[in-house]
Amino acid sequence: MNEALWAGFEGLLLGVSHLTLGHLVMLVIGGLLLYLGIRHGFEPLLLVPIGFGALLVNIPLAGLMEKGGILRTFYDAGVLTEMFPLLIFVGIGAMTDFTPLLENPKILLLGAAGQFGIFSTLLLALALGFTRLESVSIGIIGACDGPTAIYVTSRFAPHLLGAVSVAAYSYMSLVPLIQPPIMKLLTTQREKNVVMAPVRKSVSGRTKILFPIVATVLTSIIAPLGTPLMGMIMLGNLLKESGVVPRLKQASEQEIANVVTLLLGLSIGATMQAERFLKIETLLIMVLGLAAITFDTVMGLLFGKLMYLATRGKINPLIGAAGISAFPMAARVAQAEGQRYNKKNYLLMHAMGANTGGQIGSVMAAAIMLSVLRRLGIG
Amino acid sequence: MNDLGFGLALLVVGMGGTLLSLWILSLLVLLLKRFFPYEEVKKADGRVTK
Repeated sequence: MNEALWAGFEGLLLGVSHLTLGHLVMLVIGGLLLYLGIRHGFEPLLLVPIGFGALLVNIPLAGLMEKGGILRTFYDAGVLTEMFPLLIFVGIGAMTDFTPLLENPKILLLGAAGQFGIFSTLLLALALGFTRLESVSIGIIGACDGPTAIYVTSRFAPHLLGAVSVAAYSYMSLVPLIQPPIMKLLTTQREKNVVMAPVRKSVSGRTKILFPIVATVLTSIIAPLGTPLMGMIMLGNLLKESGVVPRLKQASEQEIANVVTLLLGLSIGATMQAERFLKIETLLIMVLGLAAITFDTVMGLLFGKLMYLATRGKINPLIGAAGISAFPMAARVAQAEGQRYNKKNYLLMHAMGANTGGQIGSVMAAAIMLSVLRRLGIG
Repeated sequence: MNDLGFGLALLVVGMGGTLLSLWILSLLVLLLKRFFPYEEVKKADGRVTK
């Protein structure tokens, strides 16, 4: 009798007795992510489920990430198979209006320049001792594109998925804080004051419909391993622009995107187990993530300055900072900074063009990286 | 190939490839715009829509 009582009492304390300092730290980190998402609105759609997933997975003996556990089931079904990030891409495509980019296609080049952070951070990560595949996964934070980062990391370094995803989404939400000082530093007063001509309507409906098809075929031929990424984002855009499948468009941008965002967030949070997350590497990844977005912004601005010179002052270099995939924050930052220096300056539509160019650029950069790695025999 | 060579190769090919791909894509968009120019549509009631 006494033995049974004692065993029962021990059973009640089982969770407490298995609680480690690591678990406690992770519960605080999960709480911090929830706080940032709820209180400060930092990417709440992702940070809230990620934060809650981190809480759940750090409850001792709960077993949510063990074989058969619910979070493990989500993770295996959606992240390991790369299905979740790809479905999110369909939704992003359905939400994205490429018209500002199509009005002025040369702005696409800013979307390429804005990917410099991927490759420069990859070099830095290698120098810090990360393996090649880990470095690729860390560099991809510079895509400023959550689904792309998750897609690449789940393929090459799944043990870093939690750290890379949290860094990617955190810094994307911090773009309004990270970019303005760099924009101020790297542009002259004269450049900041450039008033760009209003965007002229010049894109037909047929062009908008053909663009996702042409973009998919062209980029997939150049970098076939990126076809799932580019194909899904362009499929979503075709659903939007074709105008004949409003139900599919709505499902892609709302129902599917919402459900998948929830499951993806929980799955990422579930990778944040204390023994995997509480490492010096996580801190390094956070620092490298900040470096990646800084490099992106610097190169975007420098390329913007080049276009300013090439067009004899018709392009405001500030829109170069919008050549990253953080949509639409980066475009809004360019607009706000332009207005700060010249009240007559309306850069939003131009910056939106660069920003959507950044979305295509980030996918293209990842696609090329996947193809190069395959050619080198390490992908 | 050492790690530095690997990183530099990815930097050059990756950035070069991305720039080249998007430049070609921008040319294709210009072609699309030339083949399918934007037109204002006149409705039966005389209103012009875009």
